Amino acid sequence: MARIEAEVGKPQGGFMKWIDDRFPFTETLKYHATEYYASKNFNWWYIFGVLAFVVLAIQLITGVFLTMNYKPAAVDAFASVEYIMRDVEWGWLIRYMHSTGASFFFIVVYLHMFRAMLYGSYKKPRELIWVIGMLIFFVLMGAGFSGYLLPWGQMSYWGAQVIISLFGAIPGIGESLVEIIRGDYSISDITLNRFFALHVIVLPLSLIGLVFVHIVALHQVGSNNPDGIEIKDHKGPDGVPLDGIAFHPYHTSKDLVGIIVFLMIFSSVVFFAPDLGGYFLEHANFEPANLTATPEHIAPVWYFTPFYAILRAVPDKLWGAVLMAAAVLLFVFLPWLDRARVKSIRYRGWIYKSALATFVVSFLVLGWLGTQPAGGLYLRAAQFFSVLYFAFFLLMPYYTTIDKTKPVPDRVVYHD
Amino acid sequence: MNEDDVDRIDRNRRHFLTVATAVTGAVGVGFVAVPFLSSLKPSARAQALGAPVEVPIGSLEPGEMVRVLWRGRLVFVLRRSEEMLARLPENLDQLDDPNSEVIEQQPDYSANDTRSVKPEYLVVEGSCTHLGCAPLEDFQVRPAENWGGGFFCPCHGSKFDLAGRVYKGVPAPTNLRVPPHRFVRDDLILIGQDTGAA
Repeated sequence: MARIEAEVGKPQGGFMKWIDDRFPFTETLKYHATEYYASKNFNWWYIFGVLAFVVLAIQLITGVFLTMNYKPAAVDAFASVEYIMRDVEWGWLIRYMHSTGASFFFIVVYLHMFRAMLYGSYKKPRELIWVIGMLIFFVLMGAGFSGYLLPWGQMSYWGAQVIISLFGAIPGIGESLVEIIRGDYSISDITLNRFFALHVIVLPLSLIGLVFVHIVALHQVGSNNPDGIEIKDHKGPDGVPLDGIAFHPYHTSKDLVGIIVFLMIFSSVVFFAPDLGGYFLEHANFEPANLTATPEHIAPVWYFTPFYAILRAVPDKLWGAVLMAAAVLLFVFLPWLDRARVKSIRYRGWIYKSALATFVVSFLVLGWLGTQPAGGLYLRAAQFFSVLYFAFFLLMPYYTTIDKTKPVPDRVVYHD
Repeated sequence: MNEDDVDRIDRNRRHFLTVATAVTGAVGVGFVAVPFLSSLKPSARAQALGAPVEVPIGSLEPGEMVRVLWRGRLVFVLRRSEEMLARLPENLDQLDDPNSEVIEQQPDYSANDTRSVKPEYLVVEGSCTHLGCAPLEDFQVRPAENWGGGFFCPCHGSKFDLAGRVYKGVPAPTNLRVPPHRFVRDDLILIGQDTGAA
């Protein structure tokens, strides 16, 4: 235990000791970085946690600067965004970084989640990390949705109309709940104002808090790895896991390469295709909100489209909303749905491999269908892939039990 | 504290005090939550802006429709032609609620065969009862598609007939809502109010 120096005038250990006596700086640094041991066999799938952190930083910084020029009022909002784009010095860059950052946040988080599904990172003892991560995902969806209303374009308005109306499907309290969300009888200036409050205060604060808890929980248990073995089971005489290397400087210097590659891709989009052909910024949103006409073709931004396709696949208001919510919520239960004894895909049998592949295909196809007009063949396809999507989760307790797994090695394996 | 004191700890009393404090605190939190939650409801100004709107219909031709905003919501006022009215009873078996039995969707005076006060004038909210998109008017009759004219929602494909009645097998659960309204004069409709003087 550190103790404050009693002998005045005889400082020992210099400035850092002075700090450490008053705040556990060195201790924290060691615990979370220089003496946090993560497996040495990480592959590139393990970059997305760090990248999510980078995107969070981009969103927070660009967000603050956008707030300085944006006006959260129905009469001003659209014009203030145009003002940022045209008259504020470098305003276009800051806005495009933020709008591109939103899409990249979801790309990175979806890949981060897929990594967990590949290597069983959600399985015991990491269930809580996964659950906290899912809460982060939900807050992120809220942030994406509330942020999309702010420019007050056509798609902002009608997209919000559709999503808020979803809550009206809840029997009994639905209609009054919708009124409380909107704060008005329709989506109005009042709604915009409160979505702004959610987007710039409530959700970012929750996000930061949850990310902190996510990392604390991760560092309590230790990171998983592509072999899905517990490196803490084999420690050297110094108490350091034999297959582990310190997060800093080893993993961080490797991550830096990943961050640079990521920023190259990110910048290419920001500079050369900020709307990415209508996927990152929908074309209808370059028109101000018109309360008397819904755009001919309405679709959410790409990161919501898999769930949106499921909603549309059901020709019933309540059940559509229920299945859409279930499609999102089912992820939370993965740690308990998956009964396999092994974590990593490397040691799983063909059944899980096929199931996961089917799920990924279903997710991508549903995502594409969600961007297309509904009806006819597309509707049938959405129904077909929705069934596959749900089957992945609901049949998991069964197929992971009967799946033939391979023996898991004790130590990290190299394939060279 | 010596060992004798430990024996004298009244655990029941401690438990009671803990629970009593927690319950009192929870009640307090409940009371404090009321103003915050209430502030989320439509404010006095939002309610005042929900005032009725007047729609002059003198210049509306048969078959013509106007769109107006009431409480920020889109309202369609359609003057139906004789031919349109004649088509209303044609597709009853394909409709989900042909007799306007879902009472929340219209005032009593519109719960009739034409869902209107005067058969000619249809007044309905232009908000799809599925997820609130504005339906498009599609008054073209296409017998090949079994379409007698009406409204089509571009978002999720719900269909309504010329009285705003929903077709079967579409996502929208109910007929388009008829807002409270009344005729002030023959050529003036007041939307948002159906009693008292204009």
